[in-house]
Amino acid sequence: MNFDADAYIDASLPLLDLTVSEGARPGVKLNLEIAARLSRLVLDWPLDDEAEPAPVYVP
Amino acid sequence: MSDLATLSALDAAAKVRAGEASAREIVGATLARIAAQNTKLGAFTDVTSARALARAEALDAAKARGEALGPLAGATFAVKNLFDVEGLPTRAGSKINRERAPARADATLITKLEAAGAILVGALNMGEYAYDFTGENAHDGPSRNPHDLGCMSGGSSGGSGSAVGGGLVPLALGSDTNGSIRVPSALCGIYGLKPTYGRLSRARSFPFVSSLDHLGPFARSVADLAVSYDAMQGVDPDDPGQAPRASEPTFAALEEGVRGLRIATLGGYFAKGAEPAVLASLERVARALGAERVVELPEAGRARAAAFLITMAEGGALHLDRLKTRAADYDSDTRDRLIAGALLPAAWVVKAQKLRRWFRAQALEIFKDVDVLLAPATPVRAPALGQKTFVLDGVDVPVRANLGLFTQPISFIGLPVVAVPVWPPGSLLPTGVQVIAPPWREDLALRVAARLEREGVTRAPIGRAAEA
Repeated sequence: MNFDADAYIDASLPLLDLTVSEGARPGVKLNLEIAARLSRLVLDWPLDDEAEPAPVYVP
Repeated sequence: MSDLATLSALDAAAKVRAGEASAREIVGATLARIAAQNTKLGAFTDVTSARALARAEALDAAKARGEALGPLAGATFAVKNLFDVEGLPTRAGSKINRERAPARADATLITKLEAAGAILVGALNMGEYAYDFTGENAHDGPSRNPHDLGCMSGGSSGGSGSAVGGGLVPLALGSDTNGSIRVPSALCGIYGLKPTYGRLSRARSFPFVSSLDHLGPFARSVADLAVSYDAMQGVDPDDPGQAPRASEPTFAALEEGVRGLRIATLGGYFAKGAEPAVLASLERVARALGAERVVELPEAGRARAAAFLITMAEGGALHLDRLKTRAADYDSDTRDRLIAGALLPAAWVVKAQKLRRWFRAQALEIFKDVDVLLAPATPVRAPALGQKTFVLDGVDVPVRANLGLFTQPISFIGLPVVAVPVWPPGSLLPTGVQVIAPPWREDLALRVAARLEREGVTRAPIGRAAEA
């Protein structure tokens, strides 16, 4: 996967009106990279369009 | 007096009922033991002495009037500090939350335990906002392992493990999102029950990941676990996330044994990477139960990955406003994970929730011809405090993320689990085994645990490191 965590952080933070201090950036980046790696295990697994997500809202 | 403090909950209640000890004496002994040992253990963050003494006196007065006493009358307990305790700010292991107004009412589970006669003596240390497997806390210091003060208690319900394992209280409550009851149970050598997702009310507890949060008890005996669990069941209109199920008591059937139960060990993902002592404990449990079959829960690694993503995203969303204004007041490890979680693409999380339902179907398929599954609780025994990595399958991996490797896929689909303590020969530190049952069958996991306890395969001796 070609994932530039720094670029993603810079692009997405304003969407959430969030800032990251220089001290926090390496940790945020590391955690994002771990999540990106794990996301492959989830995204690569084939499921039907009709597959229902686990939570079901009961009105 | 120390003997009264270290009784099991049921033995304490029996003494009170028989008039051999008063609730006041038991609470007094408990408070004295906490005062003597908590500085070393770091288990309690708040001790509610006045409240406990008042309740004890009320209970003794009720007994004197000839009123019926509950099954836990006079037994003491404490709760992870994410439970609301009237009069205390619910800190949830954080610095930020202690600025909250004091809680105006107790969490539902506290009310239910007190209705059964148990007496709350305080609130317990925990990993910040429950995002933790170590029991370390940047603000309150670590809760320590009662068998070796230099080792982790496990998290995030570290104080619960430390307090029960160290004999400060016979009962404690904690929460488990990805393993936070089962990990400290394993590391501290006690029993812990993570009930089915949706079974017990979460009302008036501080959340972490709504999709995955469970509450449950810790104890040094299976009977204490079952009695306290039974007392906490029942529908609570204050918790919109709770499943609408009536109480299904377990205690009366504890001694039914395991005859006729089909018990298997989980292989594949759950058989890889753990240290040999952990796998030997699992084998010992399987042998004692006559469990020869090994079955595979398919794609457990993907399930764990999905639980990881849901946890990051929901945790990040929960904390977003605080991350904007109070980032410097978080433990940096927690903060960085939460910020990263807030940035995750929605598509990952939706897919993870679809995978959750798919994985549930795989587990239910297995439960068609198996009643109970066995798996390790943690891959290693308690790491040293401050330790950052351990060896898994020959590779150095971070402690914080990987202590829950074997617990995470199971809580992902909300299966009930009793974590049982097994002592490797000659080891100062215990290992833990997960006894996993189908949804809503806590009774089966508890029956198996009771059998293991009766045969001496599992045991929960008080850790006395803080007494030295």
